[in-house]
Parts: sequence; structure tokens; C-alpha cells
Amino acid sequence: MKKLFLIGWRTLKKPSAYYSLGTLVVGGFIAGIIFWGGFNTALEVTNTEEFCISCHEMENNVYEELKTTIHFTNRSGVRATCPDCHVPHNWTDKIARKMKASKEVWGAIFGTINTREKFLVHRRRLAENEWERLKANDSLECRNCHNFDYMDFTEQSERAAVQHSGALASGEKTCIDCHKGIAHHLPDMKGVEGW
Amino acid sequence: MKKFNLITMSSLLIMTLAPLFYVSTAISADKDTINTVATLRDHTKVDEQKTPNTIPQVMNKDIKQTRNYPMQPPVIPHTTRSYEVNTNSNKCMSCHSRHRTEKSQAPMVSVTHYMDRDGNFLAEVSPRRYFCNQCHVTQVDAKPLVENTFTDMHSLMKNKVTSAEKD
Repeated sequence: MKKLFLIGWRTLKKPSAYYSLGTLVVGGFIAGIIFWGGFNTALEVTNTEEFCISCHEMENNVYEELKTTIHFTNRSGVRATCPDCHVPHNWTDKIARKMKASKEVWGAIFGTINTREKFLVHRRRLAENEWERLKANDSLECRNCHNFDYMDFTEQSERAAVQHSGALASGEKTCIDCHKGIAHHLPDMKGVEGW
Repeated sequence: MKKFNLITMSSLLIMTLAPLFYVSTAISADKDTINTVATLRDHTKVDEQKTPNTIPQVMNKDIKQTRNYPMQPPVIPHTTRSYEVNTNSNKCMSCHSRHRTEKSQAPMVSVTHYMDRDGNFLAEVSPRRYFCNQCHVTQVDAKPLVENTFTDMHSLMKNKVTSAEKD
């Protein structure tokens, strides 16, 4: 085994004697495109709703709850899918989130929330993770679609206009502070500010 | 014994005929007088499917409305779509509870909501008053099915005083 590894290492260390520099450069370039393209394609596959709800934990709990909300069906037909809110669009943030998501693979394998009862037990913790994330990035995933600069307060109800032009405009509050449980049911809200 | 039989027979006859008579009068009355208010099916035959009515919009103007009948619980002048009121949370209380009204400027939940049925005051909203939508409801932008002729006590008294002054 050690011998095999050494042979491989020596081959890698040696300068190429048979292939021209051009072949290596062009070959490396093409291989790079294929590798990078493949990587990104695979990444995008994991960024689809079909992928998210391929696990019954997601399909039977959170996806069912989403169906009744305005983010699933509404007058204009624009809808948010799971990654729109739960995966950052920025590449580095996206990779960081995907790395963290490996914990979710662990959870799926060992059945941390594989029944409704288990899911309800963990709901507060899971919700808090998302609230914390959105609080920390100033509700970035909301703002990917809802741009504050283009909000027309005259089109909003009076109460909404007061809050949006006051607390939100001054940066005192961010979207998630008030809009909790807009896409999924709420956990036990004991001790949560504003509830 | 014979007389008794006669009585039994006649009463039995009345008992069997009465419902039939009642049904026939009810059907004829139903058509012209009783059921002048359109039902949701609008006199559609049982084997036919009526085109459903459009669903009216919930009023979202934040303007308080007068009562439609005595002791009516105040109606909700805004939408409450996906406001959760369950064992985990009560969204209404985010604005209407005692310690939130200063910030929200929403009407405070009255003190009776904190009383149990024996009149004891509780620290939290009484369980029997917890589900807001059992009494308080949103209003929709629809034509009323029946005219409301309710006059509140205040205007009744005022009318009486003015009519008495005239006499």
C-alpha cells in the first residue's frame, strides 16, 4: 500500500517527459471546465425544491405548512421555493451554508426528526437557528425579493406603513423580528420577544 | 272499550297525518314567504351544480365599525391571514395584550378577558377567552344578505325624548 502511494507520488513529482506543455495546459483547461461545471451543476441540484422535499421530513412537515401561505400561492403567481429563503445567493455564503447542511445529512441518516412527534420536539431549536441566521444577515434572504428602497408605503395598510417607515427604516428592526412563522407554523413562542 | 278504540284510532290518524300536512304547508310557504333570503345554493335544484359565488375580500382599512346588534363583540377591521392562535402562540396578543398596546396603539383586550367564570382575575388571558376568533371576526366586502334594522339604545331614547317634546 505504502509502495503504491510512493509510486504515485513520484509520478506526480516528475516533470512530464511524454506530453507537450500545450497538451497539458489545454487538457487541464478542459478538465477544469468539466470539473467546475459538474461541481456547480451538482450544487444547483441540491438547491431545488424537489431535492429538499425528497426527504419525507421536509415534505410532510414544513412543505405541507408552506402550501397554505402567501409564499406558495398568491395573486401574481410568483412563489418562493425552499432555497430562496434558506440558502444564501452569494457564492461564499452559499458554500458555508452547504457545509453546515452536512449536519442535516447526519440528521436524515440517523432519523433525528423522522416522525412528526420528533419534529415538533425539535421545532423551537430549528426555528431559532433560522431566526438567528436571518437576524445576523439582516434578513438577506427576504431582501433578495423584498427591496426596502422600492416599498410604496401608500400601498401598504396603515399599520404596516407605520412599522416599515419607522422601525425597519431606522434599522432598529429587521424583517424576521416581526415576520416569524410566515412560511411555516410557529413553535412554542414562550419568551420570544414580541409574542 | 269501543269508545276508547275510537279515540285511539283518531289520535293515531292525526299523528300520522299531521306531519304530512305540516310538510305540504311548509313547502308551499317555503317557496313564497319564509325563504325569501337567498341561501348559498340560491334555489338551485339538488341535481344541479351552482356556479360558486366569488369570494369577497377581507376589509383591511383599520377603521373601527359600529355594532350591528346589541352586545356584539367588536369586529376586526384588518386581515388576519395566517395569524396563529393555538397552544404555541396567540398572534392577536402581540398587539392587543396589555403590555403591547403602548407600542402597537391597538385596542387593549378588556379586563373581562382576564376573568375566569367565577369572576377571579388571572394574570393571563382566561382560557375561555383565549380563542379570539370565536367572537371577534373579520368583515368582508360583500352585500349583506338581509337588511339590518338594529337601532341602538342611545338613539332609541333620543327619539323618544324628541317625539315626547313634539306632543
